[in-house]
Amino acid sequence: MNRYPLWKNLLILVVLVTGFIYTLPNFYGESPAVQIMPLRSHLKVDTQLLATVEQTLRDAQLAPEILSLDAGSVKVRFSDTDSQLKAKDVLHAKLGEDYVVALNLLSRSPTWLTEMNALPMYLGLDLRGGVHFLMQVDMKAALDKALESSSSDIRSTLREARIPYSGVSLDGDVLFVKFRDAESRSKGEEELKLRFGGLQFDDKDAGRDYLLRATLKQQEKLRLQDSALQQNLVTLRNRVNELGVAEPVIQQQGVDRVVVQLPGVQDTARAKDILGRTATLEVRLVDDDRQISASGAAPFGTEIFQERDGTALVVKKSVILTGERINDAQPGFDSRNNEPAVHINLDAVGARKFKEATRENVGKRMAIILFEKGRGEVVTAPVIREEIGGGRVQISGQMDTTEAQNIALLLRAGALAAPMEIIEERTVGPSLGADNIQRGFDSTKIGFIMVAVFMIAYYLIFGTISVLALGANLLLLIALLSMLQATLTLPGMAGIALTLGMAIDANVLINERIREELRNGVPPQMAISTGYENAFATIIDSNITTLIAGVALFMFGSGPVKGFAVVLCLGILTSMFSGVMVSRALVNLFYGRRARLNKVAIG
Amino acid sequence: MEFFRIKKDIPFMSYGKLTTTISLATFLLAVFFLATKGLNFGVDFTGGTVIEVHYAQPSDTNKVREELAGIGLPDALVQHFGTTHDVLIQVPLKHNKMGANLSEQVLAALRANAEVELRRVEFVGPQVGKDLVEDGAMALLLVSLGIVGYLWMRFEWKFGLAAIIANLHDVVIILGCFAFFQWEFSLSVLAAVLAVLGYSVNESVVVFDRIRENFRKMRKTGVAEIIDNAITRTMSRTIITHGSTQLMVLAMLLLGGETLHFFALALTIGIMFSIYSSVLVASPLLMMFGVCREDFIKPEKAESEEVLP
Repeated sequence: MNRYPLWKNLLILVVLVTGFIYTLPNFYGESPAVQIMPLRSHLKVDTQLLATVEQTLRDAQLAPEILSLDAGSVKVRFSDTDSQLKAKDVLHAKLGEDYVVALNLLSRSPTWLTEMNALPMYLGLDLRGGVHFLMQVDMKAALDKALESSSSDIRSTLREARIPYSGVSLDGDVLFVKFRDAESRSKGEEELKLRFGGLQFDDKDAGRDYLLRATLKQQEKLRLQDSALQQNLVTLRNRVNELGVAEPVIQQQGVDRVVVQLPGVQDTARAKDILGRTATLEVRLVDDDRQISASGAAPFGTEIFQERDGTALVVKKSVILTGERINDAQPGFDSRNNEPAVHINLDAVGARKFKEATRENVGKRMAIILFEKGRGEVVTAPVIREEIGGGRVQISGQMDTTEAQNIALLLRAGALAAPMEIIEERTVGPSLGADNIQRGFDSTKIGFIMVAVFMIAYYLIFGTISVLALGANLLLLIALLSMLQATLTLPGMAGIALTLGMAIDANVLINERIREELRNGVPPQMAISTGYENAFATIIDSNITTLIAGVALFMFGSGPVKGFAVVLCLGILTSMFSGVMVSRALVNLFYGRRARLNKVAIG
Repeated sequence: MEFFRIKKDIPFMSYGKLTTTISLATFLLAVFFLATKGLNFGVDFTGGTVIEVHYAQPSDTNKVREELAGIGLPDALVQHFGTTHDVLIQVPLKHNKMGANLSEQVLAALRANAEVELRRVEFVGPQVGKDLVEDGAMALLLVSLGIVGYLWMRFEWKFGLAAIIANLHDVVIILGCFAFFQWEFSLSVLAAVLAVLGYSVNESVVVFDRIRENFRKMRKTGVAEIIDNAITRTMSRTIITHGSTQLMVLAMLLLGGETLHFFALALTIGIMFSIYSSVLVASPLLMMFGVCREDFIKPEKAESEEVLP
């Protein structure tokens, strides 16, 4: 009765071997490395870049341990930090400002492991050191700005439609348009409804005034908030690239927050400075008549900017309008030929200036330039086909949908984004991170040894089997964490220790049951079998309650606590497998084959 | 080796009055400290800035205070953290006019006079602290409801209620200890408290499982004896399991460093009290709720599948 069928033994063996393989990368440690990523989307990471890197390093007489190419970057591993830093300098000098050259740590595990996606556990910032920011996007400011620009647009719309009105005022989140009589109000309402799909209009009379109330529709509010957030995410990504961080995390959290994690960054002042900077956008005319002189100097009254594909463009110095005049930019399609296009919405002042500029320069090109850190880059330089009035600008031609999306985002990024504020910062220095790893590791190790000694002394053979099962549990838990690449934090390491302490519960339950059966005079083989069977329901029940706590912690916890919850939940799953299946298999192997068993060593 | 070779069932239920009185007394004491002293909430919940720095030379906290007063932070709390080389600086939100940039200014001021290494900065704005309190309360509520629901489904509502009261009693006592000693209550302590809630409920589950089994096996025995027998039979397992878990937590308490200290402390108190409460609080409560054989053995339902060989 105490024999597992072959398939069950095989299954356990396969699980354990898989677990062992995926645990392996954690033992190899990490080496200093340099990671090269392109700053601009049109630059490709290909074998050519790899060759350049290789050549550069050879010229500098640096011998990398491994040079590898993956989807988004070239990674070079070195044996020591000295050559890593030297390599960073020469590569930075060679590849210029088009690529990010970041310091990183790479696992020393052999390639065959990396190829089967067996990676070491992903360490959280409290273990590897780095900065964590939580930033709050000021959504009220975003909505206020939208209303503000609507108010000036309403004025110009009414003026263009020659509908008399006596004023537009903003009160909180409501726009009031004042008319002199009911007739012009109804005409105005009709006209405005046509033009402002995102606004909701209703009549309101106050004393002798004929008022029209305008508020943002709920749907429009959501759209504005979402686009403000997306815009900020893109802007942050561009800026973080500049910091040269190997594996930054920039993520939306909730509806109005952004998490920025910069592993390995120590200079928090610089990080805050770069994240908090605002970019500006300028629209200028391209001077196609004049050439760049042989010396590379710009002709008088012009400047040279690079387009995103790297070609130089001569642009006039006078600015038509700046990014503040752009209310919104959205990707879409050209209504005439269905080509991908970007629709830009200018405010009233911008619209007037743009109208003048386009009227005088039909057939010429204009450049939209994004300035960050005092350096300008041409986002796009379309040809002006006709005079454009009304503040609705469409840029189309020679772009695909992703390009249109990128340009729209960049244009919005240049316009004033909703302001952001750092509402949480957690910085961990590298020495503390290393200490934390050591402490977490030590307490798990010592705890495990103490439990093992006790179990073996108390339950003899069954205790030994329980300890082996507990070891299997630890192996599987680490393998699972490595496979899922779940973030391991210090509370997560505490979670590993705690789940091991709790996992032994299953074996204690089983062993106590077997003892009890033996005490009642049940023959050993029978006692083992019923002991396992009777304990099983209890094990399930008691684990599920802990699992409920773990899931709730995962749902509501943040940061390090979430790490703890992940480990707790996974640990419960692995402990059920190892505590019941693995220990039973071992008991079966040890005792199950004996036809006549008179005594078992259970203390 | 065997620690608990108990021949006769211990009449736990007859001590019911005494144990309930003790529980009630500790519980009220805990509530009293929570009410009068209150929890010493950490920066996670109150908002504010914590900066931990490491000095190459032993440092003088008075000098650090002076340096901080020099940059307009006279109210900063400065203390040694573990050793004289390590200094912990806490600035409450209301004294912080520099917002998120506080840490840079503090570091610059300290670095002017000594070699200082940054170990850790935690800045929590007011919005975040409020959210964390709300999320923590939600998690506590959800765990409690989840456990009651599960036990209700698995056993009976009486069991679910008895277990959750017993374990919330543990939670209150942990919080009471933190209030009494004014230990810092941080996010990780909250995690420990919730983990204890899930963990110590399984203690009650084991006893309840036995009670149910006994109701089916011991046809002629009274309810109190059935519960006594269940507790006595599971006692050995209770002590051994908690002992093992406590060994792990002990290692964490001693070796885990400052960050894990209070986390492990909360777990320790939780484990100690969960042994007590699942045996001496949950079971008397179960009696009080009037658990009886009919709760499990429905006349029309066949019980053959559960009968032991």
